Amino acid sequence: MKKHSIEFKLNGDIVKAEVLPNKSLLDFLRSDMGIKSPKVGCDRGDCGACTVLMNGKTVRSCLVLAVEADGCEIVTCEGANANKLTQKLQKKFHEKNAFQCGFCAPGVILSATELLSENPKAGREEIKEAISGNLCRCTGYEPIVEAIEEAAKK
Amino acid sequence: MPITAQFEYEKVKSWSEALSLKSAKGSSAKILAGGTDLVVLLRENWVSPDLLIDLKGLEGISDISFKNGVLTLGANVTFSDLIKSQTVKKHFTALWEAAQTVASVGVRNRATVAGNICSAVPCADSAGPLLVYEAEINLLSEKESRKIPAEKWFTGPKKTAIEPNEILHSIEIKAPVSKTSAAYLKLSRYEGEDLAQASITALLDCDKNYKIAFGSLAPTPRRAYKTEEFLKGKKIDKETLSQAGKIFEKEIAPISDIRSSKEYRLHMAKVMLSRALEKTVSRYYKGVPHYGEGMIE
Repeated sequence: MKKHSIEFKLNGDIVKAEVLPNKSLLDFLRSDMGIKSPKVGCDRGDCGACTVLMNGKTVRSCLVLAVEADGCEIVTCEGANANKLTQKLQKKFHEKNAFQCGFCAPGVILSATELLSENPKAGREEIKEAISGNLCRCTGYEPIVEAIEEAAKK
Repeated sequence: MPITAQFEYEKVKSWSEALSLKSAKGSSAKILAGGTDLVVLLRENWVSPDLLIDLKGLEGISDISFKNGVLTLGANVTFSDLIKSQTVKKHFTALWEAAQTVASVGVRNRATVAGNICSAVPCADSAGPLLVYEAEINLLSEKESRKIPAEKWFTGPKKTAIEPNEILHSIEIKAPVSKTSAAYLKLSRYEGEDLAQASITALLDCDKNYKIAFGSLAPTPRRAYKTEEFLKGKKIDKETLSQAGKIFEKEIAPISDIRSSKEYRLHMAKVMLSRALEKTVSRYYKGVPHYGEGMIE
């Protein structure tokens, strides 16, 4: 396999790397970049734990090849400092205790970031739809939905 | 888990480059669009291509255009693109509705309509609407281009009419000329992210011609021509629906799988056919419901 040079923005910083075609963006972020907020859950696009923002849109980083990130802008929860919306969501998640084990939280927060950046006044049903691809096995979702509702209000 | 499959990757800069690669490599080259199916298959070692051809760098590949009553979807138009398109919402209600039911936002942001029909699983959500709107699929190869009507596209489970040297270029759909109404109904185990246990797409025009397509109820998504023929010109009432159900039952061939049993599918297919027809008729006279804040009904 031939290595490919890629260059992309990761949480505001330019990253240059050589990657093999069969490396997923998730593997690249976790093992090469030390970015650990995207989690390895199902590794097949069902659970949403590996969610990252790619050019402002949530994607499953387990289903994106690292080489496809060339020229893109990738944001993870580690880059939350630069995004007021993500920060606000994190605070509301904290206040509402919207996590237990925390495995799903980075993905949910990024899904909510995408929703609220497009639709700042999203209602309960829209919130539920937006996070329907993020599985949580601890909270029963109620505190998560409440936290996002709170963030949407203020 | 790392992906163990070994393959090369090429992000092409022109259609001619893509087509000459595809022509040289044939079925050992796979087209990479959203990757929401392909990367899963690679991970599980169910496919082992030598080369992935990435078309996402081509100009206009993600464009939705609507000219002279013809909607053209580029090969990289995602389900999120469909949902955001006012044209699709206005003229192709069933397609717009189906797009909303595909997996979840994070998948819809990458998954493409072209990829959906190239994967050609029996539960493909876009298949029913493309069948009732009689879409045409534009294929390119190094030497020629051809169009395939949607009804001839699905040749078997996960099999399509595309040749190994061809690439799907775009999908074209003519907007219905007269007034029509349509609906897409999907049955799944829970709200949110799931594949269809069964799906029905229905369309009604001003001459009371009905078009019906189904998914997850046979080896491929298909039109229910016999049921359509029976319904032609008829008013939808209890008696008609009950008779239509009996004909429809013979047109489908569901199996038992992880998502539901054959018996459940047979029963629900008739229930859903009735609901889809009633909904389509109601929409014809009362208009499409207000979609809340972007939600389905």
